[in-house]
Amino acid sequence: MKKYSVFAVAREAMRHHTGWTRAWRDAAPKKRYDVVIVGAGGHGLATAYYLGKNFGITNVAVIEKGWLGGGNTGRNTTIIRSNYLQDPSAAIYEKSLSLYETMSQDLNYNVMFSPRGVIMLAQTEHEVRGYKRTAHANMLQGVTTEFIGPEKVKELVPIINLSGPRYPVLGGLWQARGGTARHDAVAWGYARACSDMGMDIIQKCEVTGVQTSGGKVTGVQTTRGDIACDKVGMVVAGHSGHLADLAGFRLPIESVALQALVSEPIKPCMDVVVMANTVHGYMSQSDKGEMVIGGGTDGYNNYTQRGSFHHIEETVRALIETFPMVSRLKMLRQWGGIVDVTGDRSPILSKTPVDGIFINCGWGTGGFKAIPGSGWAMAELMAKGRSPLIDAFGLERFTEGRFIDESVAAGVAH
Amino acid sequence: MLIVSCPCCGVTAEETEFHAHGEAHITRHTVGSSDDDMETYLFMRKNPKGVHFERWRHQYGCGKWFLMARDTVTLEVFGTYPAQTTEPPADLLELIDAKRPGWREGA
Repeated sequence: MKKYSVFAVAREAMRHHTGWTRAWRDAAPKKRYDVVIVGAGGHGLATAYYLGKNFGITNVAVIEKGWLGGGNTGRNTTIIRSNYLQDPSAAIYEKSLSLYETMSQDLNYNVMFSPRGVIMLAQTEHEVRGYKRTAHANMLQGVTTEFIGPEKVKELVPIINLSGPRYPVLGGLWQARGGTARHDAVAWGYARACSDMGMDIIQKCEVTGVQTSGGKVTGVQTTRGDIACDKVGMVVAGHSGHLADLAGFRLPIESVALQALVSEPIKPCMDVVVMANTVHGYMSQSDKGEMVIGGGTDGYNNYTQRGSFHHIEETVRALIETFPMVSRLKMLRQWGGIVDVTGDRSPILSKTPVDGIFINCGWGTGGFKAIPGSGWAMAELMAKGRSPLIDAFGLERFTEGRFIDESVAAGVAH
Repeated sequence: MLIVSCPCCGVTAEETEFHAHGEAHITRHTVGSSDDDMETYLFMRKNPKGVHFERWRHQYGCGKWFLMARDTVTLEVFGTYPAQTTEPPADLLELIDAKRPGWREGA
């Protein structure tokens, strides 16, 4: 792998950019690997990366039914924050945020991490109390965040309308260290580092079956042939239930479409991320100038990757109340992704009933921000059989009734 | 946008008039049941990629509950039927068999 640096840019400029090589190898499957990761999205690639970096396991294949980062990794609204209510969530999201802070240097790939700050608007008395509670919890957890009043919100977001007709802005939960990153770059940066360690990234390779022997996994069947392995990591978000079904176990997961849309590019007008959970809308401005808008999830199970039209209407209606200038914008694109939602709105990182199969799913509507932390912990789980960071996120919590209840704190956008 | 017919009041309307409430035909386990049964009742869902039976309510209409068969990939509504039953009606199953041969293997 050639290192990217200012000198590399200068050198290539001198020779008409003829020396750049491919960032990563698009490999064909071998017969056997130590570890197969299913899903070449952010979480899967991060898992592979930390398996190699932290544990020296590099005989790894990352297989993907579509293309690299083409699922939810390329469909989210790229928001990163760590101010969660419950201790286990705050711990893993904080780990993740701290890894994002140094990711560009670690990967030698510019992921455009932009710690511009994230505000979650409080628009009802209930939300004010909820966010104050989160701010207090975060103080005990050592996560920097604060509850701010409406004047400070207006100062940070001049285009906001504080006195909306339905839900006036009463304050907000503000995390100055939060922000955004370029989601494709996160996938590509990890892919480049994985490929450099000798791992194979195999696209257009759909898993069609899981081979087991005596309760232990021995390999996977794919559309590009059988691949033998000792361990399998399933990291496939919305299709987790489908894959678990192939392996013969069940997951407490339901899949729904979550959608987003993006406007035409305009001049810089908002340099923070604003989330409004009461009215189901959140918005940030990309480096290109587009307003990136996230909406709510559909009300019923589906795998359509487009989302219901009336949810867009609800999102846009709410945004126009909060940001009146949005009413003049044209929208360029709209899309959906399939998110995997658990009963307590917290993820599952766990061993499974099949020996050698590990699952990382259930991130629901908030997976992007967790990518590095999730990969870090999942790699430890797969290499050593346990990761202290995610002890609380096991599958057994649903039998034991030991939930990590984020559904109250972030039941909508998070 | 789904077009839904309410079997209770007979009105056919857009989905915004209704509200979905998750999988239908779930066996209710309660006091005295095993941990596994309780987990199944509370959290384990079929979540199929294809034919799904689910509970709906005519939220902004007659207010009554009913059941629906729908495809989670194409969003086709196969039909609706009254909630007072433990399994889908035979004629609806026949219709689904005709439209989605082999769907029962994935269910």
